[in-house]
Amino acid sequence: MKYILLISILFPPASFADENVYSLVIKEHRFQPVEIDVPSGKKVKLLVVNQDATAEEFESHSLNREKLIAGNSKATIYIGPLAPGRYTFEGEFNAKTAHGVIIAQ
Amino acid sequence: MLASAIIMFREVLEAALIIGILAAATRTVSGSRRWLAAGVLVGLIGSAIVAASTDVIGELANGIGQELFNAIVLGIAVLMLAWHNIWMSAHASALAADARALGSDIRDGRSECSALFLIVALAVLREGSESVLFLYGIAASAGSGQSAMLLGGIAGVVAGSVVGYGIYAGLLRLPVRWFFGATSVLVLLLAASMASQAAHYLIQADLLPGLASPLWDSSAILSEQSVAGKLLHTLMGYESHPAGMQLVFYAAALFVIGSGMFLANGKRRATLRAKTAA
Repeated sequence: MKYILLISILFPPASFADENVYSLVIKEHRFQPVEIDVPSGKKVKLLVVNQDATAEEFESHSLNREKLIAGNSKATIYIGPLAPGRYTFEGEFNAKTAHGVIIAQ
Repeated sequence: MLASAIIMFREVLEAALIIGILAAATRTVSGSRRWLAAGVLVGLIGSAIVAASTDVIGELANGIGQELFNAIVLGIAVLMLAWHNIWMSAHASALAADARALGSDIRDGRSECSALFLIVALAVLREGSESVLFLYGIAASAGSGQSAMLLGGIAGVVAGSVVGYGIYAGLLRLPVRWFFGATSVLVLLLAASMASQAAHYLIQADLLPGLASPLWDSSAILSEQSVAGKLLHTLMGYESHPAGMQLVFYAAALFVIGSGMFLANGKRRATLRAKTAA
């Protein structure tokens, strides 16, 4: 715990300019929008709003991210800086329907 | 049905492997079975509580509560695995053969058992809360395939447990002279893998820089979604897109715990030599 506090003092979360915040909505086990364009080489903040009553797990191996989002709640996911390219993500709990891609350019 | 079986298998596998390896490693420690069972039970109760408070935890610390929670849980598990392995290095010969030493070991054995209890409870807690949320989601959605998906989920739990039992039974078949070496290497790799995962959560929370991120992309050779990839991920921390910082944590854990084991082992040998000389 002390260690984590120490780390949080050493590396305060960077502040984000508005243009680097992107929102993503989960509704009826689908992501909206399905495609998000982000700038490459910059840290990006994803604001995910889960409008379904059930939880979802945002998962992307190519982005090296996974995060549980409770039903009817919001979550913040920091990604990047990314090299130009396509990064797919999915909702693990509803992998049939919940797909999306982040395009860094 | 298959989809839910695969998800539950993946969720259960990690905890099952950790329990299997530790159950084998502590099989000669008296009372360890009861502590292990208690750890599973407390972990299950805890995962229901964590699952129910996912939204509350998630909103703590400006939306990075979940990452902090996971990093802390993993951090404690790494410390406990380190303690376990160093304790084992110091007591390996006594546990294997020297029954006379048992009297003095019982008190130590108790603290070893509480480490075991905590590791198992935390492993079940972490993986269990995700499983609870997933299964609850199925149960809450009134669809036609609902019962088939629940059945699939249960099949996944059973399959994961079978693999955990498999590694336990396999380790017990090893000859005694390989046994301690094999289990302590497995526990050492588990600890390093958890240290790397803790770093992953701190990077995700933007509390740690990722350094080179990703350091490499081996998804074309071995995907993390495959069974082999998932097994290697759990057993030795394999990732297809790791951040450089994760490798730093991995190597640091290997080095620190490895040195501790080496020193504890050396001390034991010195004591044995002194005893023989006297």
